[in-house]
Amino acid sequence: MCLGIPGQIVEITDDERLMAMAEVSGVRREVNVACVATGPLDELLGKWALIHVGFAMSVIDEDEAAKTLEALQGLGEAQETLEAMADGQSALEGTQ
Amino acid sequence: MRFVEEFRDPVAAKTVLAAIEKKVDEIGATAEKPVHIMEICGGHTHAIFRYGLDKLTPPGIEFIHGPGCPVCVLPMSRIDECVQVAEDPNVIFTTFGDAMRVPGSKKSLLQAKADGADIRMVYSPLDALEIARRNPEREVVFFGLGFETTTPSTALSIQQAARESLSNFSVFCNHITVPPPIRILLDDPHMILDGFVGPGHVSMVIGTHPYDFIAEDYGKPIVVAGFEPLDLLQSVLMVLTQIAEGRAEVENQYGRIVPEHGNPVSLAAIADVYETRPSFEWRGLGEIDASGLRIREAYRAFDTEEKFGIGYGAGDRSVQEPEGCACGSVMTGRIKPYQCPQYGKGCTPEMPLGALMVSSEGACAAYFQYSAVEAAE
Ligand code: SF4
Repeated sequence: MCLGIPGQIVEITDDERLMAMAEVSGVRREVNVACVATGPLDELLGKWALIHVGFAMSVIDEDEAAKTLEALQGLGEAQETLEAMADGQSALEGTQ
Repeated sequence: MRFVEEFRDPVAAKTVLAAIEKKVDEIGATAEKPVHIMEICGGHTHAIFRYGLDKLTPPGIEFIHGPGCPVCVLPMSRIDECVQVAEDPNVIFTTFGDAMRVPGSKKSLLQAKADGADIRMVYSPLDALEIARRNPEREVVFFGLGFETTTPSTALSIQQAARESLSNFSVFCNHITVPPPIRILLDDPHMILDGFVGPGHVSMVIGTHPYDFIAEDYGKPIVVAGFEPLDLLQSVLMVLTQIAEGRAEVENQYGRIVPEHGNPVSLAAIADVYETRPSFEWRGLGEIDASGLRIREAYRAFDTEEKFGIGYGAGDRSVQEPEGCACGSVMTGRIKPYQCPQYGKGCTPEMPLGALMVSSEGACAAYFQYSAVEAAE
């Protein structure tokens, strides 16, 4: 639960709320980028970040992202996180 | 070396393992007189078992599994309080999935959900915020738990709720901090701890300085570590090197993620929303001074404890731990999981009796999961 997962910032969705779309292992998920927003949000586009419970916590490079993802897959955490994201989606709709 | 082949870089792993072996010899540690290294973080415990690091490293190293699994240290009373709130028909109770199976004194959240409570597993407190926006007529409670890694997420969510005046959203705050229990363990005369592997993602938020006391006041080395298997081995080597050289310092193996002073935005949000509680109860460790956070007066409207009159301040809240459960002794490294009389009998990952069996980061679940894998092979 505490490990986070790497995702690539692909779109800024809400400037005011500091929200962006991240692609995590092929799944798109809106995340908060407050903790990594040191300048204009557009600068984050294309960057990789370590995402923890929906918050981008640290900008990482692509190679680090790949290594981290591999380690998470080894621990079964990547799958668990993706399932949690899907749970989150069904929770919004009240269909759990 | 069955597991080494699974490393991303087995050659590098073998090199570090050889260096570890040399250091252990240099220190003169043996199976009878091992160095005791505590990995604080549950993510590290999981990785140690998954990659068999306890078997790959020489018998002169003994890993003590620390209290750093947030789900495992949740006391029964807090789960009972969750169930109480969740069973209010006007409440939508949201939680990370990990917490669903933690046993309460009567039931877990999973059982409460089966009994009809509207409990929803979410990935993020942001999901809970969105549920609150979509259900203005219902009270939406988020079960905020976790160490410093997770604390910024609920702090920022509460700030956002305040900006939107989302008055039907609140957080049941169970955030705890890593350093206080470490101090308790170091003060315990029965504990033998020679060095620490520190939690990397906690330090990503708080930096490395909160651990200065381990080196300065207790003279023990600590190395803040990443969670890849090679990170862990390198960190163990760094701890051993400090011991061999008679040094006690805070070192950072995970510099690529961990800034010395942490993440300023996260720290500011935490300071704005939370203050330290006088004390907080940890499963297996009891009440620990200044080890938990609560929501500040300014954000009282978003505090579930205030809104529902539960938790600290609501009177006598002591709850017994389940009969025959040795979680406390395992958590403090006094016994190994398999030495608990309930291990694998009254307590399994499917039917956990104690919280250490609930999450893959808990020492008992990690032992259980990976010893079953080994037996099968
Ligand atoms: S086996 Fe179960 S009851 Fe025993 S210490 Fe582990 S979690 Fe607690």
